[in-house]
Order: sequence, then C-alpha cells, then structure tokens
Amino acid sequence: MTKKILIVGGGLAGTIIANGLCRQLTKQIKSGDVAITMLGTSDQHMYQPGLLYIPFGKMREAELFRDQRKVLDKRVPYFIDPAKNIDTDKKEVTTDSGKTYTYDYLVLATGSRIMPQSIPGMAESAHWFYDLEGARKMRSALDDFEGGKIVVNVNVPHKCPVAPLEITFMLYDYLTEKGVMDKTEITYTYPIGRLHGLEPVALWAQPEMDKFGIKYETFFNTKEVDPDNKTITSEEGETLSYDMLVTIPPHSGAEVISSSGLGDGGWVPTDKKKLLMDGTTDIFVCGDTTNIPISKAGSTAHFEADVVIDNLTSILTENRWARDYDGKVYCFIETGMDEGTYVWFNYTTPPNPGPPSQMIHWFKLAYNRLYWLSARGLL
Amino acid sequence: MSQRKTIDARGAFCPGPLMEVIAALKLIEIGDEVEVWSTDQGTVKDLPIWVDKVGHKLIETNECDGYWSLVVEKTK
Repeated sequence: MTKKILIVGGGLAGTIIANGLCRQLTKQIKSGDVAITMLGTSDQHMYQPGLLYIPFGKMREAELFRDQRKVLDKRVPYFIDPAKNIDTDKKEVTTDSGKTYTYDYLVLATGSRIMPQSIPGMAESAHWFYDLEGARKMRSALDDFEGGKIVVNVNVPHKCPVAPLEITFMLYDYLTEKGVMDKTEITYTYPIGRLHGLEPVALWAQPEMDKFGIKYETFFNTKEVDPDNKTITSEEGETLSYDMLVTIPPHSGAEVISSSGLGDGGWVPTDKKKLLMDGTTDIFVCGDTTNIPISKAGSTAHFEADVVIDNLTSILTENRWARDYDGKVYCFIETGMDEGTYVWFNYTTPPNPGPPSQMIHWFKLAYNRLYWLSARGLL
Repeated sequence: MSQRKTIDARGAFCPGPLMEVIAALKLIEIGDEVEVWSTDQGTVKDLPIWVDKVGHKLIETNECDGYWSLVVEKTK
C-alpha cells in the first residue's frame, strides 16, 4: 500500500523537504511504496531574502525567480491549486479547484504573509520590501528621494528579524552615496525596549546607529498611520512625522490554517523539538507556519526541513524517530552596502555576533546565488 | 470567563519573549490573558515597563523552577 506524503506549500520549507525526501526515499518512490505530492500557489519560486536588494537596484528582479517545477524533483507532482480546507480527522485536503487529496503524512509549510492592511493607514502610505510589488515601489520612491525624514518602522510579528536593521544601514549607505544623507534624518522604531530582539545584536546596533546619527524610538508598536499629515503613532503614545515611511509590516500565517481551525493567526501549534503539530503523529509543520517562538527565517525553515526529512525517512523505512530539532537559526546581517556579519544560536546556545567584515558580506552575496542549491536539497 | 493562552518562550532568544507576548495579544480578545514562560531575566524587567506604557495589565509574576512566568491581561 503506497504511503502518501502531501506537502502543502511550495516555498523554501516545502521544496527542501520534497527534494530531500526524493533523495532519501529513491527506492521506495520507484517501487511505488511512497508517493509525494505538493500543492502550491505559484509556478514561480522566489528567493525572498533577495527582496532586500531590490529597492537599491542591487539585484535584478529576474534573479529572484526560478520555475518551481525546475526547482522541484521531477518525481514530485506539483499542482498550482491552493489548499482551501485541511481536514485532519479525515486526513484530506480540499483545494480551490474542488479536488481532494488524501494523505498518510501531511507537511504543513504554508508560510507567512504581510498584513499592512491590519494597521489603519499603513497600506496606503508606507513602503516595504517584503513582496515584489512593495520592493518595486520602494525602489521608485528612493530614486525620487532628495532628502527629508525617513522612518523605518518595525511591527510584530515579522519574518527575517535582522532585515529591519539591514535595511536601515543599507539606506544610510545608499543615501550617503547618493549625496542626500546630509539632508536626511533616519529614525528607526522597534516594538520592545531595545533595537533588536536579540540582545547582543541590539547592543551592537545601538552604537552603530549613534555613530551614523540614526535616531531610534523603542517601545514603539504602531497604532495608526495618517497618510494626509504623514505621521505615524504608536500604541505607547508617540507620534513621528515622516516624508518617507518604510515599514516592516506585521505578518500573519496562511488563511487556510486559521479557516481550517488549525491555529490562531495562521500559526500551527507545534512541538518545538519534534516539529509535529501538537497532538498528532502524522502532521509535520515547518518554517514560518509553526507557532514556535523562534525566528521566522529562511535558515530556520532550512534546518527544520532537514529534521523533517530525516524523521519522515526513518519512520517510513525503519519505523523509528531519527532526531529532534535543536532550534538552530543562522542569519547573515548586512551592516551596510559593503560589510556584513552573522549570528547563529539554538535553544541552548545564545547568539554572539562577530565584528562586521567585507568577507562576510561577500559570503552573503555568494549565498544569494547558492540558495538554489539549498532549495534543491543539495546544500 | 476569560481565556488564557500560554507561550513557552523558555530558551527563545529571537524574537524573544516580549515580542511573542505582543504578537499573541493581537490575537486574543479584550479581557483574555497571555501567560509567558521565559528563561530571560530581562523579560521580568522589560515586560512590566511595556505593559505599563501601553496600558495592559500585569496579573502575575512568578519565579518557577529555572524560569519566570508572567501573565498579562489585554485591556484595550
């Protein structure tokens, strides 16, 4: 009897898992003992971290995309047919087209999405780089920018937790290069009482901002944006004026997760070590989709995906659990246009970022190309 | 009857317990509560400051076996 693995989501997490399982279960797939199917929303696979470079013209749009069917192992049927309802009692997923897919093992990798519309006035007036359309608009706005007040505004929750700092320091370098930084004031706002969730990163960022004259406001959780008067106000009662507002919008999980009753906000309650949906033994959750209190980042999804691959493979071939996820996260941090650093940590090892260097910046640029090997399960 | 959502943020370095609380409060109704478990002593200092600034209500702070438990009621 064929064991059916259904992967919902064709982003980084789902794709790495599909490709990794194909490599580990070659014989079982060939014999028909295992079948893997993926449901996605697009024929294109996007390298999301590359969006950071689009506003500055440092990457071309075409460099962010590959045909999903070429990234995915040919043994995995891929349907651009978004999941509409997930019924974990019946072990089936119904799609927008009305088809129903049954499974023995389900992988939920539905990701996250930006929700600027959840804050009054934000969608109408803010710029962001978390999707292609937003990054294009921001690029255009920066082309026209000749000085004034820029507010870089960070909201909760959001993915890629170092991106707000990266965009701030890259803005500084870009505007300096353009010759308008002396006519510009940058203010960075952050929801908690320091400049980053990671304390060592916050301790590094503060003197850097002081050095460049970048202002900051902490304990700033956005309540509303007034597009007419160009002001942004926090729940804590602060109001800032801006000429250009760059926001890291709040995120939400996929609609199908919440509408199927699998998790508030689209985040699935997940065992932080097993990566199984709470109370289940047949539903793995990976990447941004989990409610695990760690960074929503590509590296998180990648390290989690490796664990899911090992465990699904061991369950199907040896009827045993292989290993737990240790909470590993690794993030490059661009500290400007020419230097970078990195940080890694797991559930038991605190982060300890090193000094920025040009070498690490180059590593990040190299990884922007190597990503496609990761997605294919080769790196 | 108010509902209580518990976040086990023990060992969570990023985005950190307070960011998890802020995100969780967005998803619950007024009058409901969020309980966070944190191994970061900074949470005991930062969370009450933020709760006070925004106007939510800190219900409990307890030191447990190797971690702290803090409960916040959403008031607005």
